[in-house]
Amino acid sequence: MFSILRSIWLTFIHMFHKRVTVEYPEKKNYLPPRHRGRIVLTRDPDNQERCVGCYLCAVACPVDCISLQATEDENGRRSAEFFRINFSRCILCGYCEEACPTDAIQLIPDFEMAEYNRQNLVYEKEDLLIDGQGKYPGYNFFKHAGVDAGVKAKGEGIDEEKPVDIKKLMP
Amino acid sequence: MIDILLHIALVIGIMLALVMIAAGLIWLERRTLALWQDRYGPNRTGLFGTLQVVADMIKIFFKEDWIPPFADKKIFVVAPAILMISILLSFAVVPFTPLIGVVNLNIGLLFFLGMSSFGAYSIVLAGWSSNNKYSLIGAVRAASQMISYEVFMGLSLMGVVMLSGSFNMRDIVLAQQGRWFFIPQFLGFIIFFIAGIAETRRLPFDIPEAESELVAGYHSEYSGMKFGMFFVGEYLGITLISAMTTTLFFGGWLGPAFLPPIFWFLIKMFAFILFFILLRASLPRPRSDQLMALGWKVLFPLSMLNVLVTGALVLYFKL
Repeated sequence: MFSILRSIWLTFIHMFHKRVTVEYPEKKNYLPPRHRGRIVLTRDPDNQERCVGCYLCAVACPVDCISLQATEDENGRRSAEFFRINFSRCILCGYCEEACPTDAIQLIPDFEMAEYNRQNLVYEKEDLLIDGQGKYPGYNFFKHAGVDAGVKAKGEGIDEEKPVDIKKLMP
Repeated sequence: MIDILLHIALVIGIMLALVMIAAGLIWLERRTLALWQDRYGPNRTGLFGTLQVVADMIKIFFKEDWIPPFADKKIFVVAPAILMISILLSFAVVPFTPLIGVVNLNIGLLFFLGMSSFGAYSIVLAGWSSNNKYSLIGAVRAASQMISYEVFMGLSLMGVVMLSGSFNMRDIVLAQQGRWFFIPQFLGFIIFFIAGIAETRRLPFDIPEAESELVAGYHSEYSGMKFGMFFVGEYLGITLISAMTTTLFFGGWLGPAFLPPIFWFLIKMFAFILFFILLRASLPRPRSDQLMALGWKVLFPLSMLNVLVTGALVLYFKL
């Protein structure tokens, strides 16, 4: 009996509490920088595409929404010939970002991608590419890689030793 | 002739006003329920979301009015109408003010009790004709709940009748000048209010509906405007019980003279309607057998005791 009256009173008191609803289109919640939202392709500090077309993101994707085709330029630098993400399938799980060895594919705190036409949810490479470096500034994969792709010569990398002359006996 | 036309206009006006209030309660309940749950509720359509009522109505009118092929069609169609008719007829005896009221019946209180028994048929027939096991379980629960709570709903009002010496609703209100009946009849008021919640099948006593157990209970198979009639009927029931509580225990239209009588009546009525909604926001639903035990083992003896003690005191003091 007392507990019934008490719960009625406690509910009544909630009249004077602050409401938890955030009235979305007028007020927007703060989203942390690591929020998993829309997917973008970033560029390296030299404004070149970071993506090397390794297909690891497409393999990691649980809903198979990423499709791409790799290509190579005259220097042997790999990039994506086309890169297509179908956001009507994408579940924003972030596995592609985890899989990416060059920090090219990144998820950003933006989720307002609603469209009236389903076909408009298929984003091509030019829709995905942004001008900035995203969450990992200063990283350039080809400065660390062991191959010469026109960015640096072999053995000139930041944490790279000179190539070993396999014809010599000296260590 | 003019008198009759005026009276017919008054009757239609009261009916329209009641249906409007019942429809408006859908919005009021959603807003206040949200307020007590730290939410906003519908606040987009119109000023404070008041046009939500219109949106709901448009939606419910244009929904497919489907009658399941396995249902007993005639009874299925008639059942929601019975609910509306019985509740709207009960309002005939409610004196809103000395001037506004449909009929001045000398057995008004008995008429109200009779009509609320009549409303039980609607629920039982709706559940029966739906030919659906969930509907039938809901109807069986409704039958047991409504019939057993009617017993002491009537008994709890006998104290009021003894104090005022009349079954006429106007006489009951006029007998409360100077002292509202909820003071000498506090027990009767509590029992009547609990029985009223059970009669309108509102939370916490929405056992016949029990959406977490029985889909939607007796109106599982209803859709479109037939469901809308059950829905509006529920809110009309809340309004009726609030109006009756106001009339019988809280002095009806009586109040200080700075406001006209109809305002006093509406203020008291809406206070009870809000209390109905507060109960919905705060209390969980009991089990069916707990409801029966509360009714027959606690409230029924208490209402008998109330009748006995009130009768003895009235005899002793020759009130």
